[in-house]
Amino acid sequence: MKVRVDPDKCQGHNRCYVLAPGLFEVDDLGYAKARGDGAVPPEMHEKARLAVENCPERAIEIIEDDAQ
Amino acid sequence: MAPQPTDWTTDYDIFDKGYIKNPFPVWDELREQCPVAHTGRWGGSWMPTRYEDVFAIARDVEHFSSRNILVANVAPPPDADDGMGGELIQQYNVGAPPITSDPPEHTWARKLLLPPFSANAVAKWEPETRELCRELIDGFIANGRADGASDYAQQIPSRVIASMLGIPKDMAGTFTEWVRGFLELGLTDPELRRASGRAIFEFLYACIQERKANPGDDLISYLLTSEVDGEPVPEPHVLGTCFLLLVAGIDTTWSSIGSALWHLAQHPEDRARLINEPELMPQAIEELLRAYSPVTMARIVAEDVSYNGCPMSEGDRVLMNFPAANRDPRVFDNPDDVILDRAKNPHVAFGVGIHRCAGSNLARMEMRVALEEWLRRIPDFRLEDPEAVTWAGGQVRGPRTMGIVWP
Ligand code: HEM
Ligand code: SF4
Repeated sequence: MKVRVDPDKCQGHNRCYVLAPGLFEVDDLGYAKARGDGAVPPEMHEKARLAVENCPERAIEIIEDDAQ
Repeated sequence: MAPQPTDWTTDYDIFDKGYIKNPFPVWDELREQCPVAHTGRWGGSWMPTRYEDVFAIARDVEHFSSRNILVANVAPPPDADDGMGGELIQQYNVGAPPITSDPPEHTWARKLLLPPFSANAVAKWEPETRELCRELIDGFIANGRADGASDYAQQIPSRVIASMLGIPKDMAGTFTEWVRGFLELGLTDPELRRASGRAIFEFLYACIQERKANPGDDLISYLLTSEVDGEPVPEPHVLGTCFLLLVAGIDTTWSSIGSALWHLAQHPEDRARLINEPELMPQAIEELLRAYSPVTMARIVAEDVSYNGCPMSEGDRVLMNFPAANRDPRVFDNPDDVILDRAKNPHVAFGVGIHRCAGSNLARMEMRVALEEWLRRIPDFRLEDPEAVTWAGGQVRGPRTMGIVWP
């Protein structure tokens, strides 16, 4: 699983960062992006879904691995 | 006084006393029967109450302009009689950027403001905010009672923003009076509104002149020394933005702290949870913001448009009812219940889209610290008389007098 923040949609509500600081980082203006390449370790899948469900801008996307 | 509405779908009244106190049943009815209601009152407006509609309109900045964000049609001060000479008024007639700006101005005006309000930047103000809350509580704890709105909630944001702007904190009480005159009582009283707007304007104008001579480590100096495209930010713009910071941060944050105390005073189980599970606080703050969202903004229709069958004409006002959106059962399970650890909570208390509240990190910090300090010192408390609590509404909803007692 990977997370991605759409920079055109993110308005810097900071919700994702508070819920999952291990998965997201914010810049000086408060806009978010996924840490590193966005990879989400299995123990953090739940947190990633929580971030998606709390982003008011619908800016966070989860990309599931198709090779299971 | 106009008679009470009989049909809220075509004649709602956002200043109706009963509605201000308890708007929730009206929103529930409108959401099902007439999701974009209309009224001729207070200059006329449309009012969406479903989350999807509020979301869509807030993000459609092409059709819905922010050039006037007031929920009622009142004369915008300062105007020709503001006593500062015609030329200066023209020059200073800049509104309150970025909240009253549309792109492209909005883009740079907002970018300028974001760094001093980032979560990291506002963390710097936390110790001072905590100290302030402690002093306030020290002042009344022995009495066994206080007004949670006027003795506590009201005192916090005005002092914090005064500090950030580098203005003496003993101005805080005056600020609160001005801001209420401008944003709360002034929405139905144009004279009071004009006088309050002028007082804020003149005060900040003098501060800016003083800061130009003696720059310091404060927000006014930061704005004066910032550049946009290699040019200094025009002074009228700095004035408009300082005006906004004062007006946007006081009534709003005070209302949300007050509503949170109002809730906790009546819910011992939630108090106990916050005391036993302090790590829940950030999530709980989001839930209290959702359930008791204080702020409604407006938009002006930029060109004739039919929105979901509603014939909106250029110049019409649309109320962005963020508080009603946050109680929409289509998005939130059991929306009328406060569930401190609610998992799915994409609330829009701070708006949505490009005007997302620039002060949201500051407001959250102030709320959290205010509640932490109160619960630490006064863990057990209740409303003195629930019926006696008074509420303000319209643009900003929250308790204004709220006796609280403790053992
Ligand atoms: C709980 C407290 C607060 C609430 C609920 C709140 C709510 C809002 C809302 C809903 C908007 C969006 C306006 C729109 O869409 O037209 C907004 C914008 C804004 N707020 Fe707040 N606010 C709060 C506290 C503050 C504070 C403390 C400050 C700063 C001192 C502040 C500064 C601003 C600014 C500058 C904007 C304009 C942003 C833009 O247009 O880009 N607010 N606020
Ligand atoms: S919650 Fe959404 S809008 Fe907010 S910072 Fe994260 S991605 Fe951006």
